[in-house]
Amino acid sequence: MSERNITTILSTSRSINALIIAVLVVVLTQAPTTAIAQAAGEYRTVSVAEPYLEMHTGPGRGYPVFHVVDRGDSVEILMRRTDWFQVRAPDGAVGWVDRAQMERTLQTTGSEIVFAEADQEDFTNAKWELGVLAGDFGGANIISLYGGYSLNPNVSIEVWGSQILGNFSNGWTGSVNLTHETWPDWRISPFFTLGTGVIHTEPKSTIIQGEDRTDQIAHAGAGFRVYATRRFILRAEYKSYVVFTSRDDNEEVEEWKVGFAFFF
Amino acid sequence: MESRFRLLFLVIFAFGFSGCAATKNLFGFGEEETPPPAEIPEGQVIEPEVERREIKEPEIDSEDFELGAFIGVMSIEDFGSGVVYGARLAYHVTEGFFVEGSVGQSEGGLTSFEILSGGAPLLSNSERTLTYYNLNVGYNILPGEGFIGKGRAYNTALYISAGLGSTRFAGDDRFTVNFGAGYRFLLNDSIALHVDFRDHLFDIDLLGEEKTAHNLEGSLGVTWFF
Repeated sequence: MSERNITTILSTSRSINALIIAVLVVVLTQAPTTAIAQAAGEYRTVSVAEPYLEMHTGPGRGYPVFHVVDRGDSVEILMRRTDWFQVRAPDGAVGWVDRAQMERTLQTTGSEIVFAEADQEDFTNAKWELGVLAGDFGGANIISLYGGYSLNPNVSIEVWGSQILGNFSNGWTGSVNLTHETWPDWRISPFFTLGTGVIHTEPKSTIIQGEDRTDQIAHAGAGFRVYATRRFILRAEYKSYVVFTSRDDNEEVEEWKVGFAFFF
Repeated sequence: MESRFRLLFLVIFAFGFSGCAATKNLFGFGEEETPPPAEIPEGQVIEPEVERREIKEPEIDSEDFELGAFIGVMSIEDFGSGVVYGARLAYHVTEGFFVEGSVGQSEGGLTSFEILSGGAPLLSNSERTLTYYNLNVGYNILPGEGFIGKGRAYNTALYISAGLGSTRFAGDDRFTVNFGAGYRFLLNDSIALHVDFRDHLFDIDLLGEEKTAHNLEGSLGVTWFF
């Protein structure tokens, strides 16, 4: 009884990781490596196992099929864009094949191919997350960027930076918080969060009175993370802030936000 | 002080409640239930588990990012038109959807009021510089092909996008909503030309009463997929 060997190919969409560290580094390093790979002709070759492989003129469903490769012939994979693969046929024709068809090809060794694709399991177990959210912060608009690191599937640490744009004052906040997801394996996963940070506010230039202030804040909140597709998450949350002002009373601010994020 | 107690209660409630629902999951430190190993029936050829194995063969070059620059004209409401230039980074999530971030800069001119009255200018030169950033979600609404002559076909897409951001103009940061449409023309598989039209909306009260300013932008761009 022979056991078929299935190989998972990791695509360089892992470079998201590097991109977040520095876009330019990726830009500068990607170009030479691609050039080297092409110069050496180091493309992955697969052979067609189905009756034929359909090549489209573009990377999308609507583009017409202009060429087919017969069973047994092999094609070189030049690159990938979203769920489409650009391949070169033995006669030199270059076209785009969708992932479903590519997964039914065989490697030169005869083993099956599975192209690595982020799924809901990765959504539960991914270590890093980066996203943007926008919403309402006590009547003002807020735009936030955050990065998160999962200590385990339930608990993660997040760092947030936000810009607040109001009618009377602008400002920013920076905060660190801990989130707890009770059911991280659910597609719609609720979480609770708790954190602290600082808020800086400055009155608008058309308002004469008032001075810039920086205060400490603490917050608690809850929300949902929803797995959308590939590495994509939708997120909605509510947070209740307490601003520890230097005056007699503390301020309370409510915040509602929605946005999207990537995990990697 | 009262608010601190409320915060404390909210925290206790939040974590307590989550604990009740699934105590063993709290902080993930509970015992993990490992399901008994599935018995493989006789005669099964393919193992259901996918082995994730690192391989040395060349990886497939994944080109979902698009980075580029653009230049065009931006009309700043009441302040004339100026050259706008900037940079754009997009990530193609699926063949239809993409997310993008842009930064741009333009320069406002004199208002009619300043020209006619001949009086003191409303803004200093540095306050006339408009800079913006935005974060958008876009969709390739009409992907297709464009033909030049008989023998050349180029992939194209008409896309729409909208999003949020901030604009710094006249001494303040202003919450800005933008929407627009563009045409992407791929010269080859990695380089694309863009024509993009966009409206940036923000509130401004510089000339008396507060109003929503429409700032139209038209630009030409070049992007590179990587």
